Amino acid sequence: MTPAPGPVHVTGEVLATKVVGAYTHLTVVAPDVAERFRPGTFVALSVGETTGATRLARRALWVHQVRPVGGYGPALQLVVEPVGPGTRWLAALTPGSRVEVTGPLGRPFALPKEPVSCLLVGEGYAAAPLFPLAERLRERGCAVNLLVAADDEAHLLSALEARRSARAVTVVTRDGSVGMKGRVADVVVGVLERSGAEVVYAGGRVATLHAVAAAAEDAGAWSQTAVEQPLACATGLCHGCPVPVVGEDGVARTVRACADGPVFRGDRVRWAELEDRSA
Amino acid sequence: MIPGLPLPSPVLVAAGCGGTGRELAAYAPLSTYGAFVTRSIALDPRPGGPPPRVVESPSGLLHATGLPGPGLEGFLASELPWLLQQGARVVVSVVGATIQEYAEVCRRLGRAPGVAALELNLALPDAVAAGLLDAREPFVAAGVVAAVARDLPRGLPLLVKLRPDVLRVVEAARTVAEAGADAVVVGGAQPAALPDGRPAGLSGPAVRPLALRCVAEVTAALPDLPVVAAGGIADTADARSFLAAGACAVQVGTALLHDPTTAARIAAGLTEEPS
Ligand SMILES: Cc1cc2nc3c(=O)[nH]c(=O)nc-3n(C[C@H](O)[C@H](O)[C@H](O)COP(=O)(O)OP(=O)(O)OC[C@H]3O[C@@H](n4cnc5c(N)ncnc54)[C@H](O)[C@@H]3O)c2cc1C
Ligand SMILES: Cc1cc2nc3c(=O)[nH]c(=O)nc-3n(C[C@H](O)[C@H](O)[C@H](O)COP(=O)(O)O)c2cc1C
Ligand code: FES
Repeated sequence: MTPAPGPVHVTGEVLATKVVGAYTHLTVVAPDVAERFRPGTFVALSVGETTGATRLARRALWVHQVRPVGGYGPALQLVVEPVGPGTRWLAALTPGSRVEVTGPLGRPFALPKEPVSCLLVGEGYAAAPLFPLAERLRERGCAVNLLVAADDEAHLLSALEARRSARAVTVVTRDGSVGMKGRVADVVVGVLERSGAEVVYAGGRVATLHAVAAAAEDAGAWSQTAVEQPLACATGLCHGCPVPVVGEDGVARTVRACADGPVFRGDRVRWAELEDRSA
Repeated sequence: MIPGLPLPSPVLVAAGCGGTGRELAAYAPLSTYGAFVTRSIALDPRPGGPPPRVVESPSGLLHATGLPGPGLEGFLASELPWLLQQGARVVVSVVGATIQEYAEVCRRLGRAPGVAALELNLALPDAVAAGLLDAREPFVAAGVVAAVARDLPRGLPLLVKLRPDVLRVVEAARTVAEAGADAVVVGGAQPAALPDGRPAGLSGPAVRPLALRCVAEVTAALPDLPVVAAGGIADTADARSFLAAGACAVQVGTALLHDPTTAARIAAGLTEEPS
């Protein structure tokens, strides 16, 4: 495979929209973005009308799937949870709408060289990048175990699809509406043990990622966490998205969530500091 | 025209808005721009301030980054050589906690091969919070410029970025020019506050009319002083209005954070006939 070339900034077109539970799934054709995508990278979308836009910060979204759409080539599947003005605007887009897309951005999940057993942990919409990751891992002969979590059933991402793509799937919801009742932190140690995974991948809230990284470290597994932080530019230009980490040399540093991440080794992030500020 | 700094394009990347250069280079070669102004470099590495650092506001961005950076040594070792290798004309933005620190950083940059010009950042909207020199008084700004100019190698152009205080910007421009500035950067970020009350800079389209007023005042009062305009420039028409007001070049900042191809598109747009 050729190395992933850098991001592009293009005008995309919304081909389809579909409401599934609490989310709106968008199918977007964005020339050259899908071809460059690697699991763990993300895209940034402009919100508001192109002319006279007053919202300057772009909204980051994970890429859930890349699927060919007849006549268009590969299209991006994005999952939007309408929470604020930007994501509400995105979720209300209609087929045929044009939207500016920059991507793929950030560093992807690192893939293991050997066909090892992997555990993928995803919470809410942040489970989105784990599905294309699962495909890549299976292509490499890795056993894929999934732990999908959400506050409730409406926020659970594609549990059905998950069953098709993984050897074992565990579902956990905060309110117990589907699967086990609880949080990722309550079950991850057990799931990790049963799966015998040597590599753990995770996306979700900071506290969740912290719990997963700690469980992996205790189990002697290697972890890769996709960290979300508020991003102003999402492209690495503004230095506005600090993440406290420990470098390869053991020295504490501050790096950028968007350009140096979003995927970080779980044992490198100074989680307590990151959690303090999101509290 | 800035003496000693030939600009193949009047479109510059504004300080702090081009990342390390690597991120911007993904969208257009760095040689596309008249110059690449680095984020403001201090003597020692700076981790930057606490989050949130950059926050959206109507038609603008509020920023209180605390100027994260690799420090002078780190910059000279890794960022500068890479920028030069890319064919960028590198204008190094400099900050300091004291007049001596400004002078020291500039002296050492003056010896570094390849630096096209220096830009003293005396326009820090959150200087006190960032632990840096607050040059809101024009005589303080002039003091920094005089100290830096004294030791600067001949032929290295010195740009000075001023606080965009409409009432005092002409006075500030005049005093720094007398102290040795070759050009001034006028417009910049307006002093503002984050929602939590911390001091911040406001930039983007929201500040464009204020920046234009500052530029017009300075070019009218000091027609011989080269003025580089900054503040809310987001398309070719904006750039043209600042050039028409007498600026010799423009800097594009916030617009790049919204769309990383903006400055390259403005640079291309300016070479076409106005429609
Ligand atoms: C790498 C990454 C991937 C993401 N993927 C998805 C996804 O697939 N689906 C989805 O629904 N959401 C995703 N998000 C979160 C989404 O970008 C934010 O919820 C969204 O930016 C909030 O915008 P808003 O206008 O709706 O809310 P507001 O709260 O009004 O946002 C205001 C500002 O804060 C920033 N902001 C606020 N909360 C967040 C947050 N949690 N993360 C990032 N920026 C924030 C916004 O960018 C904006 O600048 C992702 C975030 C990141 C960093
Ligand atoms: C995130 C961010 C970081 C900035 N960092 C610096 C900096 O390090 N040094 C500096 O002189 N100006 C800095 N600025 C100010 C810009 O260089 C520019 O003067 C200002 O934002 C106005 O122009 P604009 O509206 O085009 O952004 C920064 C601006 C932003 C938005
Ligand atoms: S959001 Fe601008 S550098 Fe990360």
